[in-house]
Amino acid sequence: MAFYRPAPWQKPLALVLLAVLLALPTVLDSLDQSFYIGFATRVLIFALAATSLNLVLGFGGMVSLGHAAFFGAGAYVAAICQQAGLGEALLALPLAMLGAGLLALVVGAISLRTRGVYFIMITLAFAQMVYYLFISARAWGGDDGLALTERLRFAGFSLADDAALYYLALGALAVVMLLLGRLAEARFGRTIQAIRENETRMEALGYPVFRHRLVCFALGGALAGLAGALLANLTGLASPALLQWTQSGTLLVMVIIGGVGYLYGGVVGAVMLLLLEEVLLGFFSHWHIVLGLLLLAVVLFAPKGVAALFGRSRG
Amino acid sequence: MTQLILEQALNGLQFGLMLFLLAAGLTLVFGIMDCINLAHGSLYMVGAYFVAAAAQAADSFWIGLGAGVAGAAVLGLLLELSLFRQLYRRDHLSQVLATFALILIANEAVRVIWGPAPLMLNPPEALAGPVEFVLLGDTFFYPAYRLLIIGVGLAVGGLLYLLVAKSRVGMWVRAGAANREMTEALGINVRALFTAVFVFGAALCALAGGLLGPLLAVQVGMGESVLILAFVVIIIGGIGSIRGAFIGALIVGSVDTLGRALLPTLLRVLLPGDAAATLGPALASILIYLLMAGILFFKPQGLFPARA
Amino acid sequence: MSLRLTALAAALLLAGAAHAADSIKVGFVSTLSGPGAGLGVDIRDGFQLGMKQLNGKLGGLPAEVLVADDQQSPDVAKQAADKFLKKDKVDFMTGIVFSNIMLAVGPAVFQNQTFYISANAGPSQYAGEQCNPFFFNVAWQNDNLHEAVGKYVQDKGFKNVVIVTPNYPGGKDAVSGFKRYYKGKVADEIYTKLGQLDYAAELAQIRATKPDALFFFLPGGMGINFVKQFVAAGLSRDTQLFAPGFSADEDVIKAVGAPMMGMFNSSHWAHDMDNAENKRFVAEFEKEYGRLPSLYASQGYDAALMMDAAVRDVKGNVADKKALQKALEAKRFKSVRGDFKFNSNHYPVQNYYLRVIGKDVQGRVTNKSMGTIFSNHADAYVGACKMK
Repeated sequence: MAFYRPAPWQKPLALVLLAVLLALPTVLDSLDQSFYIGFATRVLIFALAATSLNLVLGFGGMVSLGHAAFFGAGAYVAAICQQAGLGEALLALPLAMLGAGLLALVVGAISLRTRGVYFIMITLAFAQMVYYLFISARAWGGDDGLALTERLRFAGFSLADDAALYYLALGALAVVMLLLGRLAEARFGRTIQAIRENETRMEALGYPVFRHRLVCFALGGALAGLAGALLANLTGLASPALLQWTQSGTLLVMVIIGGVGYLYGGVVGAVMLLLLEEVLLGFFSHWHIVLGLLLLAVVLFAPKGVAALFGRSRG
Repeated sequence: MTQLILEQALNGLQFGLMLFLLAAGLTLVFGIMDCINLAHGSLYMVGAYFVAAAAQAADSFWIGLGAGVAGAAVLGLLLELSLFRQLYRRDHLSQVLATFALILIANEAVRVIWGPAPLMLNPPEALAGPVEFVLLGDTFFYPAYRLLIIGVGLAVGGLLYLLVAKSRVGMWVRAGAANREMTEALGINVRALFTAVFVFGAALCALAGGLLGPLLAVQVGMGESVLILAFVVIIIGGIGSIRGAFIGALIVGSVDTLGRALLPTLLRVLLPGDAAATLGPALASILIYLLMAGILFFKPQGLFPARA
Repeated sequence: MSLRLTALAAALLLAGAAHAADSIKVGFVSTLSGPGAGLGVDIRDGFQLGMKQLNGKLGGLPAEVLVADDQQSPDVAKQAADKFLKKDKVDFMTGIVFSNIMLAVGPAVFQNQTFYISANAGPSQYAGEQCNPFFFNVAWQNDNLHEAVGKYVQDKGFKNVVIVTPNYPGGKDAVSGFKRYYKGKVADEIYTKLGQLDYAAELAQIRATKPDALFFFLPGGMGINFVKQFVAAGLSRDTQLFAPGFSADEDVIKAVGAPMMGMFNSSHWAHDMDNAENKRFVAEFEKEYGRLPSLYASQGYDAALMMDAAVRDVKGNVADKKALQKALEAKRFKSVRGDFKFNSNHYPVQNYYLRVIGKDVQGRVTNKSMGTIFSNHADAYVGACKMK
């Protein structure tokens, strides 16, 4: 493993994909398949969530099994904002990021003192705490979750139309990918990757290892919060199910099948998993068996993920 | 009042002992083979289904329990030989993914075979009611079946202690947990030892699943929540330590039960009604996680680290 | 020119609207797996039996029933409902068991102007301020069965009651319903986690409280476990159990068996009710599925009959929402519970009965009707409903 370096074909491909995605709602509408706009939005949101975990896991080298806490927290912040009459996405989404980011900062500050398997377990424990706190809090809906009575507005425009929300999710994902691409090659990105590769050496060189990791962890949490807030708008519900540890597992699965530490690993994984689900579920209701076997195959035969199968994108 | 305290203490003990059965196998697999097995909860679920199905077929709880535990042991053997062997030397991330995949497969397979509705497993007729006993002049009641669970849990705990602390195999197991390379160098067949430990862990899972079946419900997904608790237990106790798992399980069992029983009442005295009603259950359900985070903060290796 | 075009377009639209549909699609979302599965399966089987008796047709039109399992999760239910509404473009929706799921799915259904015929969930919200022209409940308002138990417990002179219910909207409706008619002392209100299976801690608490009666509302697997553990703890000796019909119907009886004998409960329907529709329904259900129907099954069956009558009434023109609403409100089908009518909030005004669990002539442990608790009883929220 070494520093992340984008393959030369990555940028043009991303632009082509972006163009296709921009045209998607219109195409689906004309095919009378507008149901799939909502599905596509879901995919984009999970791509964002998986990417945020990939930042923590792939670039920061921190195996967190508690990412759902930040994902769900973002959803709850959005719902709380909406219920409090704060329906403007330009305010609610940054607040969701802030809330999830601060939560990640606290969790990270404690968890990052542990190593290896203990880190996995303590992040899991914190996520469980957050889960139980939310389902016990009656003011936030308890077991039922907190419903949004309507979607947010973006700069005054309603997001009630599925296509509008789709474009917001697409915009968010595009911006995040662009920024993360820059970040990976910037000084901070190189440092955090170097820490992943050899913590002791970086420590000896005088780098503030803990602080770098913590910033990376909190940033991942904030981005997960953004994804959660968008998802709450899509489904109209901030649900405790988003906070469950199996949700963390699902995100982890997305990152791993997509490719740990590849900029687009999270995106590839989310798209693959959700498409697979949609297609397989259509004619085989027990699709989890197939998914499980596929995952086992990935672990045993393609441990670097699907993104790794496409050329060398790592130096 | 005495009845309440005694009853809650027994409830905590019963819960803790069942957690111990689950945690014992998990901590050994984790400690010796350095393998995170998220599918440990699935073994518990599948074991419970085996027991329930066998009990229904044989129309006897005890035959069902025996057959189910044996079945789970065989399943454990097959899993170890086919999959886990390949996972031991992989990184934790691969283990998490592979065993997460196993959870998906197990849940869905159970749904295919036994259907989506929970299976009913009834306790033996003789144990369906309460036991009445007199202590210090007072009459106490406690469900007979829960007493049985406590008895079995204590017996298995004792047996495990003898096995691990006193027997030769146990010595190898402890050696393996402390230092795998050295144990291998001493000429012990670590491979076979691993397989044996894994199979044993699977059997304990099924025993816990089968015993809890009549009390709870045999259903898809029953393994996930209990798995997390088992992990909490072994983290608190120290990975790889049977003694740690035992103490950790009892701590988690009693803290959880007592917290759920006493905290809401306690808070009602201390806080105004509304705040107490919200905070009580919340605090009670996160108590064990707080405990775990606290213990990890001060003793990052748990209470009884296997590798000194 | 443009005026003429508009007129033409309007005429075309009207023509389209007046045209009868050639088939009817029903989206059935219910809890078919997990601890609540027994309820959803019974509603489904009741509904499917109704469809079978109607030869697979609703109002004479061929009908398709699309079934999805919500796994007792609001998220999953929402996704499934979304698909039915937007992709399959169903004409009716039904099936949801739990009120929290109903409240999560409702807004999308109403926004889509699709009629929801609830065969179970009857949240107070949709009976009162949030009542909606597109929501009908063919079963009861959540509080009703609890109110009936409360009335009975009050009338029988019990003085010290403990209440156990899950911490979700249906549970809170249960407590308010029970307390609306029970005026004695409530020694303790215990809220458990939805889906909880081990009640050891709660039972110890109840033992310490020493109530003379215990009212519990724990649908599905929760109730099964609670009653089993209640009996195993020896609490049944001093404490009389009361429950709404949900916690004392065939699904629970099948799992618990004889220990439930002597338990009083309330329902708007019983399988031994003496009317021609019910006799036919119970006989056909037993023949088809080899078990006695529960109240859930009766509700599912009624939902199918209700859709059938309404579609027939509008002559298949389900696109005319106003007319369809009128037809549904008119209630032209014969319910297995006997006669009832819809209130202005689209919830039933009906009788509630007392049942007790005992052995029937064939020696089966089952419910027996004991008399009427309420006649023509309406829910408490209808006043707040301003139906459009």
